[in-house]
Amino acid sequence: MSNKLIYLDNNATTRVDDRVYEAMLPYFKEEYANPSSMYQFATTASRALKDAREQVREFFNAKSEKEIIFTSCGSESANTAIRGVLGMNKNKKHIITSKVEHPCVLNLYQTLEKQGYKVDYIGVNSVGELDLEQLSEAINDDTALVSIMYANNETGVINPIAKISDIIKSKNPNTKFFVDAVQVAGKIPIDVQECGVDLMGVSGHKFHAPKGVGALYVNSKTIITPLIIGGHQERGKRAGTENVPYIVGLGKACDVARDFMKYEATEVKRLRDKLENGILKNVYNARLNTGLANRVPNTTNIGFEYIEGELILLHLSDLGICASSGSACTSGSLEPSHVLRAMNVPFTAIHGSIRFSLSKYTTESEIDYVNSVLPGIIEKIRNISPYQEELAELKRRKSL
Amino acid sequence: MWEYSEKVMDHYRNPRNVGKIDDADAVGIAGSLTCGDQLKIYLKIKDGIVTDAKFQTFGCGSAVASSSILTEMIIGKSVDEVRKITNKDIVDELGGLPPEKMHCSVMGYEALEDALKGYVDKDELDEAFDALGGEKEHSDKIVCTCFGVTENQIWEAIKVNNLKTVEEVTNYTKAGGACGKCKGLIQDIIDTYYHKEKHAEKEEKPSLSPAQKILKINSIIENQISPELQKDGGDITLVDIDGDKVYVRLRGRCSGCKNSMLTLKSFVETSLKEAVDSNIEVVEVN
Repeated sequence: MSNKLIYLDNNATTRVDDRVYEAMLPYFKEEYANPSSMYQFATTASRALKDAREQVREFFNAKSEKEIIFTSCGSESANTAIRGVLGMNKNKKHIITSKVEHPCVLNLYQTLEKQGYKVDYIGVNSVGELDLEQLSEAINDDTALVSIMYANNETGVINPIAKISDIIKSKNPNTKFFVDAVQVAGKIPIDVQECGVDLMGVSGHKFHAPKGVGALYVNSKTIITPLIIGGHQERGKRAGTENVPYIVGLGKACDVARDFMKYEATEVKRLRDKLENGILKNVYNARLNTGLANRVPNTTNIGFEYIEGELILLHLSDLGICASSGSACTSGSLEPSHVLRAMNVPFTAIHGSIRFSLSKYTTESEIDYVNSVLPGIIEKIRNISPYQEELAELKRRKSL
Repeated sequence: MWEYSEKVMDHYRNPRNVGKIDDADAVGIAGSLTCGDQLKIYLKIKDGIVTDAKFQTFGCGSAVASSSILTEMIIGKSVDEVRKITNKDIVDELGGLPPEKMHCSVMGYEALEDALKGYVDKDELDEAFDALGGEKEHSDKIVCTCFGVTENQIWEAIKVNNLKTVEEVTNYTKAGGACGKCKGLIQDIIDTYYHKEKHAEKEEKPSLSPAQKILKINSIIENQISPELQKDGGDITLVDIDGDKVYVRLRGRCSGCKNSMLTLKSFVETSLKEAVDSNIEVVEVN
């Protein structure tokens, strides 16, 4: 076993950036005041909160810092947005979302269905692109909310948010549009005004802030009911004493991310492509599950046919390589990834699909190492597969 | 992350007896590609002794470990001894498996059983089966269409592992783990095994007038069955009611389920039987 850790699971969570960590530290032991307090001691904390809100506003390119609500995570951002919009539109009972949303959103919709809401789940094509025609047809006068993720966590496929916004507003200008942007934050530039979204949620730990902090953008035209009722914090939209150190961390992560956006688009993408091309070239039973779809620069989802994903992950883990799988066996559920199923990924590849997600910390030598060991791991697993004839046929076709 | 025993890790890292025996005396298969795991086991048998065993597995770490250790457990043993091996023996030998992974050991047992089915003579098999308390005429009836699990397999898993709940049966056999529509049937098998007559009070249901019955059926389809089906992208429309016959139009979509339409019909029928009248028969129209 190697002691080296190669972390290629940055869509699950990321390492906290040193600058973020340093920025947070004073607010634990020195500047621990409650920002709402009236004495001089609270000024630094209250100013830090204000600065962080401005940093996050700039990150979203929101019009006003009043449009930013700090939350505890991506799930809270989504819950606040969805329940908040429905709470203000009690007479409307129709919601539209996609089949490939994150479970934190999908499970909420299933709960809402039990409470009498009608939810339409829009499908995707074989490379993971949303069916915009189906979406357009689904919108009606009763549609309170459309909620579509910015990019998918498993495949990295980016949805055309501005275009979707146009479709929604042309069909029903009163329908609110919530975008779960957890998987794009820090990877591609976000501009809520240009995209025309009403609400957008992010989670800190996906872009080098710590776990336990998130943010929700709610534009000034959108009124929501609060999820957590109590004090006046966050303009009454989210009660609870502000988590100052973590909010400072989130603000700093937004600043750092903007500096690295170009690096993500060039270097991270280059390394991702190097990994992807290396695997597709050297492993004959590998297929790129997203084809030519537009993706965030750090993610690749590759299906290894006739072998099973958990076993690949276990062998990778033995070499210190961290990735994740859409296989049924890794989650404890017996069904493979709902995302890959919605894409109709062939059943020969769905159980053997692996997601590699890079970050700014990923190095060239790490990618070279993975490219050098992966074909051997796959070969070892292929050799115990009962589908030897099918594999031989694949190999023959690939060599043609 | 699963907590695997050292032995499980050793066996998936270095699987023993991998491969195929071309002139095998017995070959057994369990699982399928769609289900996410498949095991093929090849046996060489001489004078009633297993002289060699090899396996090929498509599956997770515990599936490979279960297959690998199973081959070690049976080489050198007599067919009679091998036939006594259960999934529990495989789990014990591995030093345990996470509860959600028990089905991997069951798959090993099933492949072995499948291999020996073709080897021992028919009378002996029937005797063995009767001894297990199986109801022969129902044995091959598929309960879970998603994973192709038969009543007999569930019965045996309950017996060998002393399973008490549907969740446990799912962990051991996978049955009910996908669309979940057979969970009622699994509960029935558990109840039958433990001699509980769940529906003993069925006769006491008040009888309904024909009009009341139609209203009740309609309301159950609309408020209970239809929302359930819609969750999986399916739907149901009530077409007609004629006495105890309920005519419906079904649209199913339970991915991975080969016979989802069959499951769908039985789900609707079971729901209506339980709620309205045990004589109800669901007829599907196109």
